[in-house]
Amino acid sequence: MPSGDVPAVSNLDVERFRERFRQMCRIREFEKQAIAAAEQNLVLGAIHPSIGQEAVAAGVCGNLRRSDIILSTHRGHGHTMAKGAEPLPMMRELFGRDGGYCQGKGGSMHIADFAVGMLGANGVVAANINIAAGAAHAIKLKREDGVVVCFFGDGAINRGPFLEGLNWAGVFGLPILFVCEDNGFAATTRTAAMTSGAGPAARAEALGIPAREIDGNDILAVEEAARELIETARGGKPRFLVARTYRLTGHTSADAAPYRPAAEVEERWLNDPIESCRRLLEAAGVPAAELTAVYEAAAHEMREACEQAAATGWPDEALAYADVQDVGDPRKGAF
Amino acid sequence: MARLTYLEAGKLALAEEMRRDPLVWAVGEDLGRGGVFGQYKGLAEEFGSDRISDAPISESCIMGAAVGAAMMGTRPVVEMRFSDFALCAVDELVNQAAKARYMFGGQTRVPLVVREPIGIWRSSAAQHSQSLEAWYAHIPGLVVVTPATPADNRALLKAAIRCDDPVVYMEHKGLWPLEGEVPEAEEVAEIGKARTVREGRDVTIVAWSAAVHTAEAAARSLAGQGVEAEVIDLRTLWPWDREAVLASVERTGRLLVVQEAVSVAGFGAEVAATVAEALHGALKAPVRRLGAPRIPISYAPPLEDRVRVTEEAVAAAARGLTAAAA
Repeated sequence: MPSGDVPAVSNLDVERFRERFRQMCRIREFEKQAIAAAEQNLVLGAIHPSIGQEAVAAGVCGNLRRSDIILSTHRGHGHTMAKGAEPLPMMRELFGRDGGYCQGKGGSMHIADFAVGMLGANGVVAANINIAAGAAHAIKLKREDGVVVCFFGDGAINRGPFLEGLNWAGVFGLPILFVCEDNGFAATTRTAAMTSGAGPAARAEALGIPAREIDGNDILAVEEAARELIETARGGKPRFLVARTYRLTGHTSADAAPYRPAAEVEERWLNDPIESCRRLLEAAGVPAAELTAVYEAAAHEMREACEQAAATGWPDEALAYADVQDVGDPRKGAF
Repeated sequence: MARLTYLEAGKLALAEEMRRDPLVWAVGEDLGRGGVFGQYKGLAEEFGSDRISDAPISESCIMGAAVGAAMMGTRPVVEMRFSDFALCAVDELVNQAAKARYMFGGQTRVPLVVREPIGIWRSSAAQHSQSLEAWYAHIPGLVVVTPATPADNRALLKAAIRCDDPVVYMEHKGLWPLEGEVPEAEEVAEIGKARTVREGRDVTIVAWSAAVHTAEAAARSLAGQGVEAEVIDLRTLWPWDREAVLASVERTGRLLVVQEAVSVAGFGAEVAATVAEALHGALKAPVRRLGAPRIPISYAPPLEDRVRVTEEAVAAAARGLTAAAA
């Protein structure tokens, strides 16, 4: 989509979208700082940046309550932050430092903040779908009014848990929204080349889960769909959202993505969701300088998180033996 | 004391725990009609279909959903029908349930019980007969329980349901009709404590699950031949009662481990290695393992029998150990 003027949206809830813009800027800057830190070997393991996909995380999570639940993927920084996690303990986790969300035991692919309802990124593609169905099942059993959002990529639809988890949600009438972030790639392979049939929405519909497809880079579209589908799902009617987007960087921060033409990526940068949101707000009368200040504040926040994380020590070695299990605890025997 | 079967004792344990704690629920294929072996019969009538829940034939999702539901504060009891089918859910058990607490830095617990019936049973062949307990004992984060008696199937299942760790609970299909005394009072076992089935001074026989009964029968016949075998039922494989085994072998100086599972890389190897490492100087004979050969389990009885560890084989091995120079 070419850049340029966008028509003003009448009755735009400026405050709401200013907040979405702020969240997207924070995610973008977190990812950029993390990539830079990986290049300096401060980030230890692989990270999977979500640059280009920020509107999905911000728009969906922005419509959740703090007590609602999300489950994420290996590409989970954006979801985690949008659900309310703080950048410093996130960055500490990526750096493997003391005070990370997982005490330095998980790293990027297992980032989690249960206090804000973020039940974990997952290193196994599609594994979170079944777990998310179970989280929603527990909400139903306990007769609570929460909802679960399960994020996964287009690659996940080729794994068994996609079928089993969606069927489960339909059979039991669970409060869950499945969000398929369709960025076109399954790791470094084009998903279309490895996927038979009409794709994620058709598969969801075949399993009895009504699906909607949107431009996931259009914050307006994400916001509108998320708000409606989350409330429907909350009532025990599982729903499916396909958010078409694009991964502007490689599969991992170390992946230069030579398998896709430069022209394709350049064209996709013209549809940068953050720039689209900026134009939307400017058309609604928000001064450009104000939006630039929002972005700069986000950049400052993430730089500080990075600096503080780098200045933090390693976790205590004794933690290696902690939180394995209560019964048969390795600290209680010479095992 | 009441006389119950192993199957009834397990059902009693689940019913008692479900009455005690409304967050306990069971989920698996055909549970509404009592489960494949009848071990849930009548429970749906008492607790309703939400808490004795049928499930699609989706082992991966049954286990995965239990992980999510456990992280959300419920206590699911998962039925896998046969431990063989639980292999469809190994990612959910090994990568998810066993790891969640640790890799999320202690933010969560996964208090689920997965019931995985094991063992040779009525010409069920290679995909319905395996004993894979050693696989799970190998995985940090999991508890592995292998009850051998009705009393234990009640007391250990109750302990498993109350445990905050994920528990792999392996009942032996051949033991379902076994009758035994079960205390009237609610008994909750301590996971990790072995039971001395029979005392003896000449040789220690360590077993678990159905092999305990084979070992016990062998010990009775050995007694008639002047060999006093001590039989220890491990009851749980993780944690396992090293102290009890080491104390016994220190007295007898001889160890024979008896298992129904394939002997190669089976849990018996762990017991044998532990004893060899700790008691090398005190052993009067080399440690000995008996288990199945490394072949799949057959359908036809004469072929199926090739993997069985018999009472006669146990007695012969024990005699061999006691005949070794003291």
